[in-house]
Amino acid sequence: MPLVKGGKITEDPFVHVADGAELPPEGRVLVSAARFLEDPEALFARSGKVSVTWPNNRDVDDLVPHLDRLGAVALVFPTFRDGRAYSQARLLRERHLYRGELRATGQVLRDQFVFMLRAGFDAFDVKKQADAEAFAQTVQRYSVFYQPTGDGRITALHRRMQLRHSESAGL
Amino acid sequence: MYAYDEIDRTLVNERVAEFRDQVKRRLSGELTEDEFKMLRLQNGVYLQLHAYMFRVAIPYGTLSSRQLRRLAHVARRYDRGYGHFTTRQNIQFNWIKLAELPDALADLAEVGIHAMQTSGNNTRNVTSDQWAGVAPGEIEDPRIWSEILRQYTTLHPEFSFLPRKFKFAITASAHDRAAIKIHDIGLRLHKNEAGETGFEVLVGGGLGRTPFIGKTIKPFVHGCDLLSYVEAIMRVYNQYGRRDNIYKARIKILVHELGIEKFAAEVEEEWQQMRDGSLKLDEEVVEDIRSRFSYPAYEKLPHMPDELRKAAQDPKFEAWRTNSVFPHKVQGYAITAISLKPVGGPPGDATADQMDALADLADKYSFGEIRVGHEQNLALPHVARRDLPALWKALDKIGLATPNVNLVSDIIACPGLDYCSLANARSIPIAQELTRRFANHDTANLIGRLHINISGCINACGHHHVGHIGILGVEKNGEEFYQITIGGRADEQAELGTLIGPAVKYGEVADVIEDIVEAYLALRARPDELFVDTVKRLGVEPFRERVYATR
Repeated sequence: MPLVKGGKITEDPFVHVADGAELPPEGRVLVSAARFLEDPEALFARSGKVSVTWPNNRDVDDLVPHLDRLGAVALVFPTFRDGRAYSQARLLRERHLYRGELRATGQVLRDQFVFMLRAGFDAFDVKKQADAEAFAQTVQRYSVFYQPTGDGRITALHRRMQLRHSESAGL
Repeated sequence: MYAYDEIDRTLVNERVAEFRDQVKRRLSGELTEDEFKMLRLQNGVYLQLHAYMFRVAIPYGTLSSRQLRRLAHVARRYDRGYGHFTTRQNIQFNWIKLAELPDALADLAEVGIHAMQTSGNNTRNVTSDQWAGVAPGEIEDPRIWSEILRQYTTLHPEFSFLPRKFKFAITASAHDRAAIKIHDIGLRLHKNEAGETGFEVLVGGGLGRTPFIGKTIKPFVHGCDLLSYVEAIMRVYNQYGRRDNIYKARIKILVHELGIEKFAAEVEEEWQQMRDGSLKLDEEVVEDIRSRFSYPAYEKLPHMPDELRKAAQDPKFEAWRTNSVFPHKVQGYAITAISLKPVGGPPGDATADQMDALADLADKYSFGEIRVGHEQNLALPHVARRDLPALWKALDKIGLATPNVNLVSDIIACPGLDYCSLANARSIPIAQELTRRFANHDTANLIGRLHINISGCINACGHHHVGHIGILGVEKNGEEFYQITIGGRADEQAELGTLIGPAVKYGEVADVIEDIVEAYLALRARPDELFVDTVKRLGVEPFRERVYATR
């Protein structure tokens, strides 16, 4: 599965470690929430950042105390149609002010990219190579957004206000 | 009318371009049908029994004559020359070709019409009172808030993949014509004790397999807080609504399982954390939306012009006027309902020629505006009363003057097994037969207001639970059977109907309905006691007896 980050296909810096598999002695790893929560301090004591895959049916509150020490948080889309991780993403970004990598993983297809960006994702485990290659082009599909989210894009309502004010100022 | 600006137009065009790309990828085989399914459903495209069906949104039921002509064009150019108006202010085309869909969407986009989120597990078309802005005694035009919600819900980055579909309806009148109590979120504009305008918010209404009447979650939410409060509800639902069973995935089940108090507490907790955030609406923003609704320049006209006085001598005109013409907030004007329920016709269908002709009549007599109601009828919202006789003649010529609005033959029905792949039984032929049985206008008038609703399966698109008489098609051993309920209603006193007894066969439905109506005529306390009130007073027993005594 190609990883798209910063708008480009890149090498995944994290070694994905399955539950029960031995941890590499050093280097960056990605572990499950269950494994992480067993002993977070032991994981943080290693050299190399720890990242966590957080299931979409678990409250993100349990993750909040650890946010500033994590390398990345990966949220899961078990299917295209299961949208719980969009809410988790916005809560992490907008309420808990998480600034690290927020990765979408699972069934991640081209047609979710814009929604995911708006919800705060900045890294994507894309299911299909063709979709990953089309990333840069796909995210330009929209220039108008009706809802305010933490991504800072200006909403239609506010753009109208700006236009109105610039008109009334004679600009 | 709400006028799209460049921003709104750009978004619709961008959506058309995106969908064109999705169709292209499907046709080239890059997407499997399963992958494409989710994408087409987000844009109102279903695969039916015979072809793709295309559902187009008519937000809050308001159309310009130009838009109606464009719908006629789509019916003619891409379909078989007609369209079907639904119970949720949408129009459906039943015979669309996938390869031509993007062009049909582009044609519609030119007049500010779209199909975004008319199906799929997202927020659907926001519906409202079809008489919004013209009904006497309204708190305020509810379409302003409907449009704010339409924009807010369109391509929402958090709520486009909900556990299940999600429907809003808004009313601003004491009499609810928008059926807000059977919506996922129902909003009733009203004033609080301080005289401020806000919303009573209802949640968890809906029909389908497990019908519920919506419950009040908050009696008063200020306009400025509407979007944040709605977002809090949706966020709780998105995270905790069931996804393991499609039949238990609507918000009504979550509300029912948690209980309204617990659900309300969850929402309140979420809301308190974000109510002062970026969703708070300042008055300037609301005013901007309000300013883009235009209203006709009404003339000062008499309530009883000579033309109307003279036409009143024609009993045929009077029959139509009595049932189709309703009070307008401006003296000298009327709201005119247009029945799409001709005797023997499928409820809610209009031909391309009728749509074009009605658009012309709207230009001539209704400031170019048409409304679409959940009863699957249309309306001309601003007709000068002096023009009513001329309008009636013109409507009669195009088959749109059936004088049966709100009467027994004004039937609401889903497409049923004639089109729909979900259906268990036919709906349309049942409706057609009933309109023939009750074709005599004098009899229908004698019966008075009586709503029959027909659904061809438990999904309840025909809202059978809330029909005064509800008819639900079911399948037993490969045969069509129909369950009959009575006493339902969809207005401010919304109630679910009660089953009168065992299901009856296809061929017996019309006889049974006739029996029920005859029983009512014999049982009613006074000629003006409505069917639904007689059922309320007496219960279902006397009706059950009448129907099953001889069967």
